[in-house]
This record gives sequence, C-alpha cells and structure tokens, in this order.
Amino acid sequence: MNKQGRPTRPEDVAAKARATFTGNRALDIEEALIFETGRFDATGVDLDDPAPFQSRLGPHAREGALNLPGLTEPEALRHYVRLSRDNYSIDAGIYPLGSCTMKHNPRLNERIARLPGFADVHPLQPVSTAQGALAVIDALAKALMTMTGMSAVAMPPKAGAHGELCGMMAIKAAIEARGERETRRVVLVPDSAHGTNPATAALIGFSVRPVPAGEDGNVSVEAVKSALAPDVAAIMLTNPNTCGLFERQIAGIAEALHGAGAYFYCDGANFNAIVGKTRPGDLGVDAMHINLHKTFSTPHGGGGPGAGPVALSSRLAPYAPVPFVAREGDELNLVEHAEGTASFGRMSAFHGQMGMFVRALSFILSHGADGLRQASEDAVLSANYVRACLNDVMSAPFGDRPCMHEALFDDRWLKDTGLTTLDFAKAMIDEGYHPMTVYFPLIVHGAMLIEPTESESKAGLDLFIMTLRYLAFAVKAGDRERLLSAPVFAPRRRLDETRAARQPVLRWTRPAPA
Amino acid sequence: MRYLPLDASEREAMLTRIGVPDIDALFADIPPEYRIEGLLDMPLAMSEMAVERAMTAMARRSVAAGSAPFFLGAGAYRRHIPASVDHLIQRSEFLTSYTPYQPEIAQGTLQVLFEFQTQVAALTGMEVANASMYDGSTACGEAMLMAHRLTRRGKAVLSGGVHPHYAEVAATLAHMADEKITRLPPDVVACEDIAAAIDDETSCVIVQSPDFFGNPRDLSTIAAAAHARGAQVIAVFTDPVALGAVRSPGEMDADIAVGEGQGLGNALNFGGPYLGLFATRMKNVRQMPGRLAGETVDAEGRRSFVLTLSTREQHIRRERATSNICTNSGLCALAFSIHLTLLGERGLRRLAEINHANAVQLADRLSSIRGVEVLNTHFFNEFTVRTPRPSVDLIEALARRGVIGGLPVSRLLPDAGLDDCVIVASTEVNTDDDRAAYAKALSECL
Repeated sequence: MNKQGRPTRPEDVAAKARATFTGNRALDIEEALIFETGRFDATGVDLDDPAPFQSRLGPHAREGALNLPGLTEPEALRHYVRLSRDNYSIDAGIYPLGSCTMKHNPRLNERIARLPGFADVHPLQPVSTAQGALAVIDALAKALMTMTGMSAVAMPPKAGAHGELCGMMAIKAAIEARGERETRRVVLVPDSAHGTNPATAALIGFSVRPVPAGEDGNVSVEAVKSALAPDVAAIMLTNPNTCGLFERQIAGIAEALHGAGAYFYCDGANFNAIVGKTRPGDLGVDAMHINLHKTFSTPHGGGGPGAGPVALSSRLAPYAPVPFVAREGDELNLVEHAEGTASFGRMSAFHGQMGMFVRALSFILSHGADGLRQASEDAVLSANYVRACLNDVMSAPFGDRPCMHEALFDDRWLKDTGLTTLDFAKAMIDEGYHPMTVYFPLIVHGAMLIEPTESESKAGLDLFIMTLRYLAFAVKAGDRERLLSAPVFAPRRRLDETRAARQPVLRWTRPAPA
Repeated sequence: MRYLPLDASEREAMLTRIGVPDIDALFADIPPEYRIEGLLDMPLAMSEMAVERAMTAMARRSVAAGSAPFFLGAGAYRRHIPASVDHLIQRSEFLTSYTPYQPEIAQGTLQVLFEFQTQVAALTGMEVANASMYDGSTACGEAMLMAHRLTRRGKAVLSGGVHPHYAEVAATLAHMADEKITRLPPDVVACEDIAAAIDDETSCVIVQSPDFFGNPRDLSTIAAAAHARGAQVIAVFTDPVALGAVRSPGEMDADIAVGEGQGLGNALNFGGPYLGLFATRMKNVRQMPGRLAGETVDAEGRRSFVLTLSTREQHIRRERATSNICTNSGLCALAFSIHLTLLGERGLRRLAEINHANAVQLADRLSSIRGVEVLNTHFFNEFTVRTPRPSVDLIEALARRGVIGGLPVSRLLPDAGLDDCVIVASTEVNTDDDRAAYAKALSECL
C-alpha cells in the first residue's frame, strides 16, 4: 500500500494493461504532425520589420501560399522532445548493428565541433582566414595515412558510398590514363558485399561480375584468379568482410589483381577491427574508404551525416579529386581546380564534411595510438565473447572460428520452429534492446550480425548475452507467441510495410472535409 | 582510457571464456608478416582537457564569420539559428540513433522525416520529396542521372548560371558514366538562350534560380521548350530561404527540384555537413534516389511511419538501384525541419523579406561608390558587382581590413574573364553598421 491506501503490490494490481482515452501510455505520448497542430500565422522566431526598401525581385516574387505551418518555441520544444522519446539510441543502450559500428559518441567532440573557428567558417572565405580549418583537414589526413599505410587521402567524400564512388572514379581515371578505359569495364564483387558496392560500380558504367565466397566465408585467390580477365578493372572487397572474418588470402588476392593489371578497392566499413593491428596499404589495397561515422564515432544522427575519406595507394594518388590541401611554406593552401593535374575532378561542392573531420580528429587525439589499438582489440574481444557465449544456443555458420569485430549467426537453430530471424529481432525490442543487423550478409541464411563495439562494459555484455539466451530458451521451449507477437511494449507494434509500399503516402495532405 | 569500459581483469576473464590464451589469438587470421606493433608515428592518448586545448588552438587560426562584417554566400549562407534548434538536435535520441530500420523503436526519426518531406515539397512547390541527400551539388548530380533514366537519354544541358561546383560535379559524373553534358558559358546577367541548346537527345536542362550570380530566373519558358522536346527541367537553388520570396520550381513547371538546405538550421561548418533537398512529381517517384519515409499503420491500426519503396535502393536492388546512396543527412534534415517549423509560413516570409531588404540596401550603398557597378537588374539576397580592382586581390585587401566582402568569381571560374567581379550576399545577420563598414573599406581599397 502507498500513503493513500492504494494497492502497490503486484498481486493486488490489475495485471492487464487497458486502453487509455488518449492513446497515450504514460511517458509514451501520441504526437500529432506539425501540419495538424501548427498554424500558418504562428511563429517561434521574432523578426524585426525591415526598414523601407524598394523590391528588386521584379516579376519573380512568389505570390501564393506556401502552406508551411509554424509553432511557437514551447510548442516546438514539446513536439520534438516527444518525438525523440520514441527513438532508441546508443546513449540509452547497446546498439549491436553489424556493419554499422554504433559506438559511444564522446560529447567533447560535439563541443569542439561547435567552436566558432570551425562551425562558423565559410568554405569560400579567403584561405588566409581559414588556416585552422585547413590544418584540421591536413592533420586528419595524416592520421588516416598513418593508420592505413597509404600514400594519400581524398577528403571530399560525404559518406561511405560516396567514398566508394571516389575510389572507383580514381580507378577509372587511372585506367583511362593507361588507355584501357574501353577494354576494362568489369568490376569483381563478392556475393557477400554491401549493396553499395555493385550499385557504385554500375553508377559509373562498370558491369559487375560476382565472385563466390568459399565454405569458410572467405574469398580465395583461386576464385579471384578464375574471375580475372583482361576486361577486369578492379575488385571491390570488404575486409574484414561482411561475415565478420578477416580475408586470410587478401595479400595473394592483391598480388593476383595487380599481376592482371587490375586495382584493389577495399570497402573499409569494418576498419574498426584492425586499426593499429595491420595496415591495408601493406596488404596491397589501392583504395579504401573510411567511414568516420563508424570507426571514429561521429554521431549517426538518425541516418547521417557521414563522412567517407578515401585512402589511396601511390598508384592512384595522382587521380584524387579536388579540392585537396597543399602546404606552401608555413601556409596551407587549397588546390581547387583539376586543370593541369591528373585529378579526376570534383565530386561535391566545397571541401568535405568539416564538422565530421573535427569530431573524428578529436576522437583520434583522445584515443591516441595506444587507445585506438586497444579499441580495436576490445571490439574484437567483445564480439568473440558474444560469439562464444551464444554458440551453444544459436548456430554460427563458420563454427568455432574466431571472428573479428562482428559475430555472425544464421537461422539453422530456428529450423522447424516456424519462427524467423525477424521474430527473434522483434522479441529483442521487447526486452529493451535494439536488434542486430538481420538478413545481411545475403550469403548466410537468416543472418544475424552482432557488433557490440568496444563501448560496452562486461556487465552490459553479460546482460545482453543472458537476454538472448533466455529468448533462445523460449524458442526451444515452444513459447512461439512471445516472438510472434513482438514487439508488444514498444511505441509501435509491427508495421504494415506492404501497405506503405503499395499505396505510398509520402507527405501529409489535408484530409477532405467530411 | 575514458571511453573504454573493459579493464584488464575483465579482458582476461573474457579471453578465458572464449578459450584462447591471449588477444593475439583472435587476430590469427592476419598473416604474421602483415601485423604491426602499433601506430608508431602517433601520439598517445590525451585527456579531455588536453584535446580541447589542442583543438581550440587550431580553431583560433581561422576567422569566424561572426567576428567580421560578413557578405559571403555563393552556396552557403550565414544565418541566425534559433537556440532551440541546436538544443533539440543534440538530444541523445536524435543524435545517437541510426537509420530507422526498426520502425517500432524509431518513430521519432521517421515522423520527423515525413514532416521534413512534406515541408520540402511545400517549399519547392513539388509533390514529393525524399528524406535528404548529402548536399545540393550531389543532389543535382543525382537529379541528372534520374532524368537520364526517365527519358532513356544521356545528354544534359547546363545553364551558365549554375553554381560552378554543381556543374563540375555533374560533369565528373557524366564523364565517368560515358554520358554527354553541354555546359553553357558563365552567364552573369541571365541572357543566355538555353532553349537553343536543347535537342532530341537532351534528357534534361539544369537551371539555377536565383542563379550563381544572384539573378532570379523565369523557368516557365525554358520548361515549355524542354517539354516540347521530351526533356526534363531540373531547377536548382542554393538557399532555401530564397523560396520564401521567389517563385518556386513547382510554379514554374520544373520536373525535379534540387537544392542546398544548409541555409536553414545548419551552420557554415566550412562546407559540410550540409543537406541536399530533392523533390519531384509523384509520377517520377519510383525513379527517385534516396530514402523515403511513408505512412502506414501498425498491428493495432495506429498511424505509423516506415522507410518505404526501398526496392529502388542499393541494399535491395544492388547494381540495378536508382543510386548507390545509403547514408543521408538525417541530423541536418532535422535541424532544417525544426528551424522551418519555428519560422512557419509567416516567419519564413518575413525572414526572406529581411534578407532581400538588407541586400537591396547593400546594393544601393555599394553602387554609390565610384567605379562600383551592380550588374543585376533583379536579385534576392545576392548580387554581382564589378569593380576596377582585380577581385581576388580586392577581397584579400578587404579581409586585411576585417571585412569578408564576398566571393571573387575567378576563384571558382578562373578562365571566364570575370576577374573584376565579386558575388556579394547579405542575410538577416548583417546590420547597418556592417554595411557601412563594408562601404568604407571598399572605397578605401579602390
């Protein structure tokens, strides 16, 4: 009993949740769209009247209504705060999405990125007034060169896939310089690759030739050799690969490619496993993008922004895009035009994701050489710990082989239960966890790819593991309903995705009057 | 190390549980000859205070735009951003979440994207918008490729008023993809004849309004000419606030509208991260690149939002996808959306009016200086001036006097014969004192 004499013991409280009048469930509030609550004459920004002036818009003035609702500041705060509470986040719990490297986002980096000397600098200011910004680009590029053992880093790409595009355009420019543009039009892509790899190759006119992975999850030198031909421009190979395994034959693959006149593009999405342990440049890689938002923890922000600088070998460095930073005595300068160089040109406006560079450099300085290596070791250790602790109740496609920073399971252990990988993932939501990456890589049936990162405590990992074991036991005990109905406790139950795609509603429209 | 929770004894216990003698056993797949002992050229870990000190010293080596009378635009605009915008985007649940692949626990991000899409569609006068691209320039390149798919043609015509960076991005893509591109020469006073460049191979015409030199353009006649030849019209803009004052791409019959969204909610950041806005007609939606949030219901029939039409995207369609794009600019889109929600229609209209008023007053002041000529008949918040002094030199001289006076056209267009032209922008942040300081410094430098 509490002080008012109302029951507080579980057995005295009505167990069943009931519907509320509002649809709200305590802290979980149903929030309308701004188009339903906002008014066209409401505003949260007070602006002075301009002094009298003669319009110079001429015949170009916009006349009609824009139909943009406004909210005052308190209303806006409440709207976005309520919406935010429907989101899972890395700050609130483990976010074990394989391939995505959801690690802790240090708040120091946010503070530094907002210093006026970084945040309030225009990309086209005279370079004499932007030396600090250029110094950040230069310092980060040098740090990335140290980690990759490569000759140059192209800083403009805005995300991983944009980095792939950058690397593949450098390769195309190099092939063109050799006079082989018309003949080398094929890119080898393992069937375990990220979808961005074949999409990138196709975007700039390459055709894709698949390379199968072996039983052990690795691509073999033999498989690459048998796909190699005079028409091959490059391979796009992820290392560590999407199964969470280091490509054991990578150096031999590089040698075979180079012997056949082709280039080695390495997808660096999984760089977090090997920083300070090995260098892609030593392994024969010609180009590799580095997702600063993964390995160096710039916040994912609900799906971006990212940043994808590309490390280049000496063979590809001359073809890097503009702009790049050049040192001239004590001053740093920007080379902004490709004319008179071998550069393949420009791939985005301005100079790259400065806000991400600042955060990544701050992360790198904080960790230092020792911390970066320790982070990779802890990420790999944690993934193997998860693997070892779940191996007896789930099924791993590659048996007891140690993994890198991701532990991969398949759905053989769900066979004959009528339950799927997705059901298991949704049940994790009810237990308070964000699910792992599911159904990727495509080559493993019902894949579940768990990447704990280095940010989890052992106690946190133990709880996570215990939860997955309970769920696995529930499956084995035939408690199907627990998984089939999940999630029950999330802000939403499962969504009708078919309806969303068949009758797309992609914007709000005013409902017709009843 | 303050970010790494595991300690030595826990690491030991975990290795034991795994059943390996040491950490190196977990890296056994790396051939021994390729293992390194560490990052020998790098310094060791630093405290938070030490990192802050080092980074602050770097930041001090740049001139912050807010510390000087500042009149530079050309694709990135200094704005007053309400304090609540930055507060809200730093909420953990927005800042540290990922792409909303599990919609049951990501309705916050998904509803924001749905609202963002609706706002962008309204702003551009189009029917549907995606959940953002990397920036305006890459959105423009993606729009060109989309037009190629829609028309099954491979030649783009670019107006000479398109931002040179945007044009170069499109040219790079076209060259790499074996497609054609016709770039009309730089067009300072918007007098080019675009229609004459359109032929039966043309997939699209790319026109910017207000253009790089500040001229608003009437796209309607260009659209009529393009549509008559079966070509698409791609309308580009570099400041979303302009659409609070000038006619929208939709009103002028554009097929695709793309632009830079930085000017709402996002700081200058030396060029990134920004956000690309991308909108089109509903009939084109299945050829559109980028993520889309759509409305649906959950198992209890409640309105819900989910990523949809993903069969266009690389993770499903691989080499047949509409684009290779995966990451978007989620957090920048959130900042944009919050700022626009705070403004509302009334605030956006007023903000645009103040921008225009400030630019008119600046133009009047500068054109009264002997030898200075404003080249634009019409403009919104940006215009081009011609002065007697080479502009790169002039802008450096102004910077030494503490004024950031604009963009020398020749910095981006070195061979255009426009060495005496400067593009000058004015937003709501400029005061009458700023304008007076600019006029005084400019008279002294000429």
